[in-house]
Amino acid sequence: MGGVLSYFRGLLGSREMRILILGLDGAGKTTILYRLQVGEVVTTIPTIGFNVEQVTYKNLKFQVWDLGGQTSIRPYWRCYYSNTDAIIYVVDSADRDRIGISKDELLYMLREEELAGAILVVLANKQDMEGCMTVAEVHHALGLENLKNRTFQIFKTSATKGEGLDQAMDWLSNTLQARK
Amino acid sequence: MGSFRREKDEEEDGPTNAYQNLEKTSVLQETRTFNETPVNARKCIHILTKILYLINQGEQLVAREATDCFFAMTKLFQSKDVVLRRMVYLGIKELSSIAEDVIIVTSSLTKDMTGKEDLYRAAAIRALCSITDHTMLQAVERYMKQCIVDKNAAVSCAALVSSLRLANTAGDVVKRWANEAQEALNSDNIMVQYHALGLLYHIRKSDRLAVSKLVNKLTRGSLKSPYAVCMLIRIACKLIEEEDIPAEELADSPLYTFIESCLRHKSEMVIYEAAHAIVNMKNTNPRMLSPAFSILQLFCSSVKATLRFAAVRTLNKVAMTHPAAVTTCNLDLEGLITDTNRSVATLAITTLLKTGAESSVERLMKQISTFVAEISDEFKVVVVHAICALCAKYPRKHTVLMNFLSGMLREEGGLEYKTSIVDTIITIIEENVDAKESGLSHLCEFIEDCEHVSLAVRILHLLGKEGPFAATPSKYIRFIYNRVILESPIVRAAAVTALAQFGASCPALLANILVLLGRCQMDLDDEVRDRATYYLTILNSAKPELYKNYIIERENCSLALLEKALADHLNGDLQNHFDISIVPKAAIVKPEITNDVMMVTSAPRAPKITREEESAARLAQLPGIQVLGPIHRSTAPIQLTESETEYTVQCIKHIFAEFVVLQFDCLNTLAEQFLENVRVELTVPEGFIIRKIVPCPKLAYNELQTTFVIVEFPRDVSSSIATFGATLRFVVKDCDPVTGEPDSDEGYDDEYMLEDLDITVADQIQKTKKNNFQVAWDAADSEEWLQAEDTFVLSAVNNLQDAVNTIIKLLGLGPANLSEKVQEGTHLHTVLCSGTFRGGIEVLVRAKLALSEGVTLNLTVRSTDQDVAELITAAIG
Repeated sequence: MGGVLSYFRGLLGSREMRILILGLDGAGKTTILYRLQVGEVVTTIPTIGFNVEQVTYKNLKFQVWDLGGQTSIRPYWRCYYSNTDAIIYVVDSADRDRIGISKDELLYMLREEELAGAILVVLANKQDMEGCMTVAEVHHALGLENLKNRTFQIFKTSATKGEGLDQAMDWLSNTLQARK
Repeated sequence: MGSFRREKDEEEDGPTNAYQNLEKTSVLQETRTFNETPVNARKCIHILTKILYLINQGEQLVAREATDCFFAMTKLFQSKDVVLRRMVYLGIKELSSIAEDVIIVTSSLTKDMTGKEDLYRAAAIRALCSITDHTMLQAVERYMKQCIVDKNAAVSCAALVSSLRLANTAGDVVKRWANEAQEALNSDNIMVQYHALGLLYHIRKSDRLAVSKLVNKLTRGSLKSPYAVCMLIRIACKLIEEEDIPAEELADSPLYTFIESCLRHKSEMVIYEAAHAIVNMKNTNPRMLSPAFSILQLFCSSVKATLRFAAVRTLNKVAMTHPAAVTTCNLDLEGLITDTNRSVATLAITTLLKTGAESSVERLMKQISTFVAEISDEFKVVVVHAICALCAKYPRKHTVLMNFLSGMLREEGGLEYKTSIVDTIITIIEENVDAKESGLSHLCEFIEDCEHVSLAVRILHLLGKEGPFAATPSKYIRFIYNRVILESPIVRAAAVTALAQFGASCPALLANILVLLGRCQMDLDDEVRDRATYYLTILNSAKPELYKNYIIERENCSLALLEKALADHLNGDLQNHFDISIVPKAAIVKPEITNDVMMVTSAPRAPKITREEESAARLAQLPGIQVLGPIHRSTAPIQLTESETEYTVQCIKHIFAEFVVLQFDCLNTLAEQFLENVRVELTVPEGFIIRKIVPCPKLAYNELQTTFVIVEFPRDVSSSIATFGATLRFVVKDCDPVTGEPDSDEGYDDEYMLEDLDITVADQIQKTKKNNFQVAWDAADSEEWLQAEDTFVLSAVNNLQDAVNTIIKLLGLGPANLSEKVQEGTHLHTVLCSGTFRGGIEVLVRAKLALSEGVTLNLTVRSTDQDVAELITAAIG
C-alpha cells in the first residue's frame, strides 16, 4: 500500500516548480533565465513586463518567471507572488550605488505573506566585473545575517560566463526536493 | 434515422446559445482558474470565450475589474497551448482600452512577435500595438521595423496594419518607418503590397507633392496586387479632385490616363473600381464616361452576384447626376428586376424609377410589390425614398404610389422603416392637395394598429391640423376617439388635442366634440384629463378669438430657449412672474433639400437647431445683451470678403425689436501676423445709432474670433432699410509663424476694407406658417389692422414661378396653403404668405400675379402697423 502511495507521490512530484527571478533593472535576470533555458547568452533589452519560460534542470521542471526590474514595473511583482516555490534574487555586484535600493526591495518583498514559504536564492551576479563587491560584501549589504525563518543561500555568479549558476541550481533543486 | 430526428427537433427549438445567460460577476470569478498551475488550457479557453462574448455583448467592465481580469490573464503566458495563447491575444486587445497597466505584457508579446512560432507572430503584433502608447513605441520600434519587412506575409501585413492604426496616435514615430514600408511595397504578396501602399500614403498624406510623386511612380510601374491598384485609383481620384482639373484638360492628365487604363485591367475588382471612380468624378464629359458606363453595363449581366450588385449600386447612386448615361443601361437593369438576389433587384428597380418615364411607374411598382416582403428593412427604406422622389416628379401618380405605401405600412417592419413611410406620406399630403384625403385615410387606418407611439402622436397631430378642413371632417373623429379608448397616455393626450382642433375649426361638430371631451375628463392619466379640461373650457367659452390663439394656432416657443429662460428664471428673483413672451418663437426649420435625396445614404441627420437657438447661446456672452429683449431673428452668414484674402470676415445679423447686433466672424490667414483689438467700424446712414462696439482683443493665425457691433434702428420704420459701409480695423504685430508669439510689443494700426452690408426687409421679418391663411386674412379685416395695396409690373422675370420665388425671398415671408407652387400652364396665381416684423408686428400678404408681357403684381399687405405695411409694399417696388 505504502509503495503505491509513494509511486503516486513520485508522479505528483513531477509538478512544475514555480520560481520567480527578481532584482533591480540591469542585474541580469533575463540573461540568467535564458542561460538556464537554452544554455547560452542571448542579447536582451530591458524587460517591460515579464518573461516566462519552462526550464528543465536535472530532470526537474521549473516554471521560471523573470519579472522586469525597472522602477515602474516593480509594483507589479506582487501580482505574480502566489504559489511561488522559490525566489531567485539577482544583485548586480558591481552596482555599489544601488545596493541599498536592492536591499529595500528585497526586504519589502520578503514581508509579503504569499511568499512566506518560498525558498530564497541570492545571486551576487556580474562577478566577472572589475572592482565588484565580493559575496561577503553583498551578503552584508543586503543584511542577510538578520534574515530569520527563511531557507536561503547566496552564490556568486557570472551569467555571461556561465559561472556559479550550476551550484545555485543544484542547491535549489536539492532544497526543493528535500522539502517535499 | 433516429439521429436525424433529433437534429430536426433541435432545429425546431431554435439554436440555443451556450453563452446566453452569462453573468458578469460569476465569469470574472472564474478567471481565478487562470492562476492555477499547471494551466488547464481547455477550461481557460472556455472562460476567455465567455469574457470576450460578454464584452462584445456590450457588457461594461470597470477599470478595476478589467485590470484584475487582465493580470489574471497574463498568467496564461506560461502555457504553451497555441489556441490558448491566441485567445489571450484577443483578450489583451479587448481589455487594453479599459484595464490599467497593460504594458506589463510588452516583453512577452515582443518575444512572441519575434519568436519562431509563426502562429503567434502576427497576432502578437496586433496585440502589442493595442497596448503600446507613444512612449513605449520607441522601445519596440526596432522590432516593428523588422516585422514590416518580414518575409512571412501575415507578419508583414499585421505590422503594416498596426502601424497604420498607431499612426493616428504616434504619427512622428511611424513616419520613421517609411523606408520599411517602401520595401514592403515591392513584396510579391498582394496583401502586403496593398497594406504597404496604405501605410505609405498615410505617412505622406499631408504632403501633396510627396503623394503625387508616389502616385506618378506607381502608375508607371506595375503593381501586382489588385487591391493596391484599387487603392491607387482612389488616391489618384483624390488628387484629381483636389486639383480640380477641368474636363477638357482631365482627359490628358496622366492620373486620368492611368485610371482609364485600369478599365482594361485583368482583375474585375480593378476594372470596377476604375469605372466607379470615373462615373463619380466631378469634371467629366460624355466621351470619358461612356467606356466606364459600358463596363458597368457589362457587369450588370455578369454571372457573379457581387459584380451585378456593385454595378447596379453604382448606377443607382449616379442615376441623378448622369441620368442620360444611366438610361443607356436600362435594358440591362430591366433584366435585373427579376434577379434572384433581392438586393440587386431592389436597386435595379429603384434606379429605373429614378430614370424611367411616367408610363413605366405602374409596371415597376407592380414588380417590386411581388417581393417587397422578402427584402430587408434597409432596402425597403431605399424603395420608400425612391417613391418619395417619384411623387415629387410625377404628382399625378399619387394614387398608385399611395396605395403601394399603405400596403407597405401594413407589413411588418421596424420603426425606422415605418417612419420613412409615414414621412413620405406626409410629404405627399403637404405637396399634393389631391392626395390629401386618401393619404389621411391611409394614416387613419395605420394608427388603428400602430405600436410606435412617436408615429401615432405625429399622425394624430397631422389629423388635427388637416382633418378639420377635409371634405367630411366627421369621418376622422372615430379614428381619433378610438385612440382615446385604446392607447397609452401619450397617445391619448395627443388624441384629445386633435379632437379639440376639430371642435375649434368645425362649428358643426362642436356639440359632439364637447361630449367626447367631457368623457376624456374621466381619464386615469393627469395629462389627458388636464388637456380635456383645458380645451373644454375654451370651447365652452364660444369665443372664436380664443379658439384661434389657444387651440388652432398655438405659438411654438423654441423649446431649447424656453428651457434656458426657465432655468434663468429659477436662478433669479422668483418674486417676478415668468414672462413667456421673452422666449423667441421657433422658426420653421425646413431641412435643406439637397440634390442627393435619391442616394442611398446612411449618415445620421444632424439634429435640427434653428439659427436663433444657436446664436442665443453665443450672444448670451455679450454683456448687457439682455436689455435688447428677446432675439427676433438671425440671418444666414454673409461673406464680406473674398474667400482667399489675408483676412476673411463673415457677418451674421441678429435682429432684435429695436436693435441689430452685427456679429463679425474674423479669420486671420497670415501666419506671420498677430492681430489685436480687432473691430469693425461702420458708417451708418442718418437715423441709425451705433450703441456699442465689442472688439475682439486677440486674433491669432488661423483662429476664428468674433467682434460685435450693436446698432439701434431708427424710430421711423420706413428708413430702416439701409446700407452700411464697413472697415476692419486692428493693431498688427509681426510674429514668428512657428510659435505664433509676437516678435515685439510694438504694433501698428492697420485697416482693411470690407464689402458693404445691407439691412433689408427680409432681415427684419421672421417667417410664420399659417395653417389656415384665409381665416387669418379675414380676421385681419378689422379696425386694428391696416392695409396697403399697390400694383407693379415686374419686368425682370418672365414666368410666374420665378416671380413667386422672388417675392418670397425679397420679403422673407412664409408661404401658406402651398401657394408657393405655381401650377404649370396657368396665367394667374395668388401667393399667400405671412410673417412677423421685428417688434412682434404681424404681417399678412396676398400677392395676385398675372402673366402677360412680363408679370403684373397686385400686392395687398395687412399689418397691425401702417408703416410696416408701407415698407413692405415699397420693398417690392
